Amino acid sequence: MKLYDKEKIGAGLLIFLVIFTLPFWYNMGRASTPPNPVLPTDQKTCVETTDYMKTSHMMLLNTWRTEVVRYGPRYYTNTLGKRYKMSLTDTCLDCHPKKAEFCDQCHNYASVSPYCWDCHLTEKGAQ
Amino acid sequence: MEGSRRNFLKLAGLSVLGLGAAPALTSASKAAAQTFDANPQALTGTHWAMVVDVSKCQDDCQDCINACHQGHNVPALPPDKQKNEIKWIWHEEFENAFPEKPIGYLPEKFHHKPFEVLCNHCDSPPCVRVCPTKATFKRKSDGIVLMDFHRCIGCRFCMAACPYGSRSFNWFEPRLYLDKTNPTYPTRTKGVVEKCNFCAEQLAVGNLPLCVRACKQGALVFGDLDDPNSDVRKILNEKSAIRRKAELGTGPNIFYVI
Repeated sequence: MKLYDKEKIGAGLLIFLVIFTLPFWYNMGRASTPPNPVLPTDQKTCVETTDYMKTSHMMLLNTWRTEVVRYGPRYYTNTLGKRYKMSLTDTCLDCHPKKAEFCDQCHNYASVSPYCWDCHLTEKGAQ
Repeated sequence: MEGSRRNFLKLAGLSVLGLGAAPALTSASKAAAQTFDANPQALTGTHWAMVVDVSKCQDDCQDCINACHQGHNVPALPPDKQKNEIKWIWHEEFENAFPEKPIGYLPEKFHHKPFEVLCNHCDSPPCVRVCPTKATFKRKSDGIVLMDFHRCIGCRFCMAACPYGSRSFNWFEPRLYLDKTNPTYPTRTKGVVEKCNFCAEQLAVGNLPLCVRACKQGALVFGDLDDPNSDVRKILNEKSAIRRKAELGTGPNIFYVI
């Protein structure tokens, strides 16, 4: 079997492979920095266990939002019996006062942009 | 060893069932341990309403408006954007607040008097009926017509449906027009509708609405219509009051004593 235009095909394949794998070459040796959220020093546990908060904090916040906005209760008692005010600005920011050092770390890394802070204020309230 | 294969299959089937049911059971028991409850000091009612005693209201006083708008981070738009102003509670003259003119030959002193108008928290609110996302809803426990800003898609059907003009749309980023913000209450964002919430967040911590507390003349009275001993029922028992566009059948809950 004879392959016509061997050089052209070979060159074309090579160019294709280079372009196709360009992102890998481009990012080689440049490991993106893993997220490094700053944890509070004076508290050992969050509203729920750390594992639960890591995987499901968005579900918890969604439940809080629904309860507060649509039904009215303002307090949450966790699985250990500890009571918390269901408030992003008042409770979450108590221990994680700087959004850039905590929330943004993982959210930027995972390229998610929740719109919490479009309305909720990042300064802590007085109440 | 007769029957051991059968027993093995039975046991295996039960084990698979157990493995499948375990996460469901554990998550159910976990969910049961989490509870939600209200602040014990919260004001509770089943039919909140307000009485506005217009004769007590001072013409040039803006106390209630300022208290509400500062407390809820309602932006004050510059004069060139007034047609898109955001208002939760505002002043309206009699002929605009009551276009059906329920009182003929209104005393002259009331002709240009500012009437306090706000969301009427209707018994059958048209805004709730038209909202396609259920972002606005009537809370079952106390009848307040509330907004879930998270769900609002900004379609403005509710604004068209509300016969009182009680709803405002955020055409601009509200934070640009807020000098200072109250950190205990969120702002809104561009593209959502907002309105008076009867201070649901204040009632939840046991306070009367901000406008009622701000009024030094005692012109605004808040209470539960279902409670015969409430302040609003006492006033309504003594004085006759009118409501805005009551003939539309929306069942407004703001009463005006003139």
